[in-house]
Amino acid sequence: MDTPLVEMKNMCISFGGVHAVDHVTVDLYPGEVVGLLGHNGAGKSTLIKILSGAYKADSGEIMINGEEAHIHSPRDARSYNIETIYQTLALADNLDAASNLFLGRELTTPFGFVDDDAMEAETRKIMSKLNPNFKKFHAPVKALSGGQRQSVAIARAVYFNARILIMDEPTAALGVHETQMVAELIQELKKQGLGIFLISHDIHDVFQLCDRLAVMKNGQLVGSAKTTDVTDDDVLGMIILGKCPPGATPGPGALVDEEVVG
Amino acid sequence: MSDTALPGPKGPAARNFFAALQLDTRLLGMIGAFIVLCLIFNVVTEGRFLTPRNIFNLTIQTVSVAIMATGMVFVIVTRHIDLSVGSLLATVAAVMAVVQTDILAHPDALGLGHPAIWVLALIAGIIVGVTIGAFQGWMIGYLGIPAFIVTLGGLLVWRNVAWFITSGQTIGPLNETFTMLGGIGGTLGESASWIFGILAVTLVLWLQIASRRRKASHGFPVKPVWAEVTLGAIISIAILGFVGTLNAYHIPTARLKRMFEAAGETMPEGLEIGYGIPYSVVLLILVAVAMTVTARRTRLGRYIFATGGNPDAAELSGINTRFLTVKIFAIMGGLCALAAAVASARLGFSTNDLGTLDELRVIAAAVIGGTALSGGVGTIYGAILGALIMQSLQSGMAMVGVDAPLQNIVVGVVLVLAVLVDIVYRKRTGE
Repeated sequence: MDTPLVEMKNMCISFGGVHAVDHVTVDLYPGEVVGLLGHNGAGKSTLIKILSGAYKADSGEIMINGEEAHIHSPRDARSYNIETIYQTLALADNLDAASNLFLGRELTTPFGFVDDDAMEAETRKIMSKLNPNFKKFHAPVKALSGGQRQSVAIARAVYFNARILIMDEPTAALGVHETQMVAELIQELKKQGLGIFLISHDIHDVFQLCDRLAVMKNGQLVGSAKTTDVTDDDVLGMIILGKCPPGATPGPGALVDEEVVG
Repeated sequence: MSDTALPGPKGPAARNFFAALQLDTRLLGMIGAFIVLCLIFNVVTEGRFLTPRNIFNLTIQTVSVAIMATGMVFVIVTRHIDLSVGSLLATVAAVMAVVQTDILAHPDALGLGHPAIWVLALIAGIIVGVTIGAFQGWMIGYLGIPAFIVTLGGLLVWRNVAWFITSGQTIGPLNETFTMLGGIGGTLGESASWIFGILAVTLVLWLQIASRRRKASHGFPVKPVWAEVTLGAIISIAILGFVGTLNAYHIPTARLKRMFEAAGETMPEGLEIGYGIPYSVVLLILVAVAMTVTARRTRLGRYIFATGGNPDAAELSGINTRFLTVKIFAIMGGLCALAAAVASARLGFSTNDLGTLDELRVIAAAVIGGTALSGGVGTIYGAILGALIMQSLQSGMAMVGVDAPLQNIVVGVVLVLAVLVDIVYRKRTGE
């Protein structure tokens, strides 16, 4: 457990003069779930999109297993076994589950043609584990329920032996039962030694699922802490005021004490 | 898709029958509309519409637009549009005409009537078409100029580049072998047409069996055997019926006599020879097969549809959507070149107004054929059927003697209605 799976050091990115991510440093160890919290627009999703290759950082260093990684595109990220479940799920609504699961990594026949039957067979296999009720293998995913769509997105991330999983609001659109399913899946993946970044608005979720948490505000890191060292109120204070409690390690975005008093 | 319920008040028996066949209900609807259209025209024209001769003419008139419509499916599926196809056709036709009549036919080059001229001219045309298409695709994908604007510019530019290449003159007559691509001047003849038809049937049946075996080997549910047999029989009959119809259009006796005289023989009394399948139709069939395979069975096709369905998701999946745009427009350009060859060969000349308003016919064909402008949805066979419906409508009305302005009004109304029906259909099936 000494070398972190992922280390993002001093990441910066700005859009038209706005510092969306401003010198943020986070890390993630194998078998660990790290929650990323903050208001809308705090920069969580942007930070994570740098890791998944959707955005290119202006400066900063990404280390994977202690070695510097160069991630310039989603394809690069995948080559480091980084998989992402986006808030929007990033599914092509007009295609069926198998086509979405293998999008960008289609199985092909020896002649180089797309092998739909093989992909459907694999999809049926993984779906029978993740969501046994899933039956609509030939319908475009737009005809599926929120939970079913979510399970397609999760299947896509899990199928390709991910080592680092990024989940952006994975339970936002789900019912109670499906949220429970995602929670169980996260426990299962943790056991397999994956590292998971979990972006969430729901503090309850974070305390239930995460080992550590990091809070962002206005593009800066307020602080990070083990979930056992802080309380709900502490975390709320971090999110809303940017106040770093005693149990947490303060980051560059933490409010200095004098400012609180003044 | 295949497992959606059928719309409309059909009895359970009919529902089961069609459900077991697992056919695309939208395709069935289009074929149904087409058949009804043909029957109405046939009644109104007192049987002149559905004669071998008219069907033959309909098919060769449809080829040029249909070839381009298959490419337009890819363009529209990725939420773009190409308004330049008619003008691009004119430019490529001008290039091919100049290459074969001025450059290659020059005594210092290959000389007039050399057998390699047609293929070299065609290759030159395809290179020009693909290059122009790729250039337009690059402007759309990499420079971020909307396709509507790039190709609207192209509409003006290429029409007048064609004018410059030919100095406004009509170029021709084109090479004799080349003009065989046009239609009536080049057909397979009866025996070769039957062989072509039988090969096609064999291929279809083999594909059907192979697909069934593959599905069974994965343990997926397969259609009942009777449904497979029915489907195979319908397709086989359709193919052979089409070949038979084209073979039934006989070369006029006077023309046959001239052909025999040209060969220095006398024509036996009472001899009848059918035209068979025109080369241009063979070309269209090859294009249709290649484009369908691309759409359904290649990564390129999968990425085209994924990008059309959700461009962001495609990009996040590591698909290079910019380069994909270049490829799509390059394909469109190449198909414009093939269409240009067919259109100019059919006339025997390359004229400046060749392909005027074809962009609208091509877009209309794709849209009538079920390609959604919102992206992500469309089929190659639909676009070809759309082109055929448009052409039938137009030439049917001409045969009936409908006034020219009214013809265009009807075509315009049909286009809008077809899209309305499609929208209603999609809402009801929840697709």
